[in-house]
Amino acid sequence: MNDSSTAVPLNFLNHKTGLWSWLSSTDHKRIGLLYLYSITVFFCVAAVLGLLMKIEKFAPGQTIMTAQTYNGMFTIHGIIMIFIVVIPGLAAVFGNILLPIMIGAKDVAFPKLNLFSWYVYITGAFLGLYSQFAHGHVPDTGWTFYVPYSAEATSNVVIALTAAFVLGFASILTGLNFIVTIHRMRAPGMTWFRMPLFPWSLYATAWIQILATPIIGITLLMVIAERTFQIGFFDPKLGGDPVLYQHLFWIYSHPAVYVMILPAMGVVSEIFPTFSQKPIFGYGAIVFSSLAIAFVGYLVWGHHMYTSGMSYQARWAFSLLTFLVAVPSAIKVFNWLSTMYGGSVDLKPPLLYAISFIFLFSIGGFTGLTLGSLATDIQVHNTEFIVAHFHYIIFGGMGFGFFAAIHYWYPKIYGRMYSNRWAYIAWGILFTGFNILYFPMFIMGIQGMPRRYFDYDPKFTLGQEISSIGAFILIIGLIAMISNLVYHRRKGAIAPANPWHGVTLEWQIPSPPPHENFDEVPVITHDPYVFDHPYTK
Amino acid sequence: MSTTEHSDFIDSDTGKLGMWLFLFTELFLFGGLFIVYAVMRSKYSADFHHAALELNAFIGATNTVVLLVSSMTVAMSLTAIQRKQSNRAMGLIFITLILAGVFMVNKYFEWGHKIGLHLYPGSDVMKTLPHGEIMFFGLYFMMTGLHALHVIIGGILLTIVMFKIKSGRINQEHYLLHENGALYWHLVDLIWIFLFPLLYLIT
Repeated sequence: MNDSSTAVPLNFLNHKTGLWSWLSSTDHKRIGLLYLYSITVFFCVAAVLGLLMKIEKFAPGQTIMTAQTYNGMFTIHGIIMIFIVVIPGLAAVFGNILLPIMIGAKDVAFPKLNLFSWYVYITGAFLGLYSQFAHGHVPDTGWTFYVPYSAEATSNVVIALTAAFVLGFASILTGLNFIVTIHRMRAPGMTWFRMPLFPWSLYATAWIQILATPIIGITLLMVIAERTFQIGFFDPKLGGDPVLYQHLFWIYSHPAVYVMILPAMGVVSEIFPTFSQKPIFGYGAIVFSSLAIAFVGYLVWGHHMYTSGMSYQARWAFSLLTFLVAVPSAIKVFNWLSTMYGGSVDLKPPLLYAISFIFLFSIGGFTGLTLGSLATDIQVHNTEFIVAHFHYIIFGGMGFGFFAAIHYWYPKIYGRMYSNRWAYIAWGILFTGFNILYFPMFIMGIQGMPRRYFDYDPKFTLGQEISSIGAFILIIGLIAMISNLVYHRRKGAIAPANPWHGVTLEWQIPSPPPHENFDEVPVITHDPYVFDHPYTK
Repeated sequence: MSTTEHSDFIDSDTGKLGMWLFLFTELFLFGGLFIVYAVMRSKYSADFHHAALELNAFIGATNTVVLLVSSMTVAMSLTAIQRKQSNRAMGLIFITLILAGVFMVNKYFEWGHKIGLHLYPGSDVMKTLPHGEIMFFGLYFMMTGLHALHVIIGGILLTIVMFKIKSGRINQEHYLLHENGALYWHLVDLIWIFLFPLLYLIT
């Protein structure tokens, strides 16, 4: 240790070693990485399930699996992707790693609770896996658990419901932790409106997490009670109301879409100013549109239920609100584009992913308006149009936001650079594969191809084949991207503290960050996106 | 040894803010059941009226008084710890726990009585009842059951607080856990104050 010329400076990755030092760490950065690795594993599992489904659909009729297996696959693909990957996703990974640093704190408000929520999360995740392998049938209800089928199906629905309940609890604890952190832990001078936009988006997200998740919690408990004790809350035979279930389910699960997408919007709000070397355009508008999305997003759940039996008045009210919630999203898009306008745009991989985010999210958003309109929704309800729209929002939005985030903060987290060349190649494959996979589903959906079917009318063969080929391309792109990141974790060039000339606080400390983040508590004296400040070289 | 934990010390305001947020999530958890109750009550008001007569308002009222008094004793214990009266604080928490026990015993007899009459979900008698009455008893068991679970959790929390007072880890300066335990206990009380009229009094 005396040889200081070759010794690597101590940082949060190497100040202690061994598996237990990770599993017992209350350091927010290490917990974030625990989430990153668990989420990546589950994402790969669910992506493979997705690929298998697309192989099944390569030709009409049964190709590699039975209808029942297919039902189980789309259910578990959905449960893993939604509850284990996408909902925790950005907030738990990059929120944990970066939120305290970006607001100038040493850690989150409750470090032990933070570690505890990872354990709760991993328990829920394994329960989800257990529902696959436990004695009995793989759950086949779809991730939405609609009653009465979920009350009657003979598969392992209770285990899957419990998994979702437990995962919801982890989500609540993370949200709670972030709200308190943002309220109480900001560095001196870091007023609310000097806070960078990623923390702002996490703040809006956290409120949805703690206010909406309990509703799904109790709803899932009611379905469990329905199956276990024959209490018929939702079973018409016992006087229950299945539509009531749908209301309660979507009261959570629509806001949950914003839990997924808001942090991604926060990520790109960081990336655009950095790679344009220009202050963000309309800081206040982005902040308030985040809060507006969080608020109005609560009131639009009924647009999932136009065909489920609601009054006409309820339907048009929900339709109107759905159109309203598109406004703040559009405001953000205009602000991001205006940020680039006139800036010195440097098209590095993070920016490329951020721009693809806007492109894909906009397609998802516009088709969302098609679905929010009463007449067109009834035409395309329960078709692959929905699947396409949903994946453009969740994968194209949150997923590409996540990829943007990992490419943006990778040098900060690991102190190494990935290969830009491979990042561009992987992006090209990924983006192409994505559109080939999902875009045909819009067209087939309009033509009447129902979703959740393992078989189809032969007239859809061409479209399904194109889509399945897209799935293969997409998987290759994912492999290329992940390999690039994994390989350069140890082999990459040493990254400087501030490779992108960013101005937010995380770029003012070494890469990787030291264990305690800051040697001395930073004092903030200016707005978050001021370039040509002495900080930037 | 280098610093392994970032900070073991959580200041009181931060801790309380976290607890208040958690209590909000608990309210929303029960809120879901209240919504179902409201929908079903409006759908089956006559059946709910009939089924509610089956509940014993006397036991319900007793339990309400028991919980209200226990809320008072837990608040008094907090005042005691702030005044450096550890023994008194422990004694008051002990009384709170006794009252929680009384509540649970009453609940046990109440549930036992219903189950004795075969008024439990899935029983033969239940299947012969009208839909609204099945729903009422289903909600009764779910709501009071979930509440009883919270009584148990609150009881465990207060037991921990009691032992920490004994070991001196909760004292005049540091009583965050005590305060949060008391807040949780008030929540348990608060929810019961809504359950009691909804299930026992409105007929």
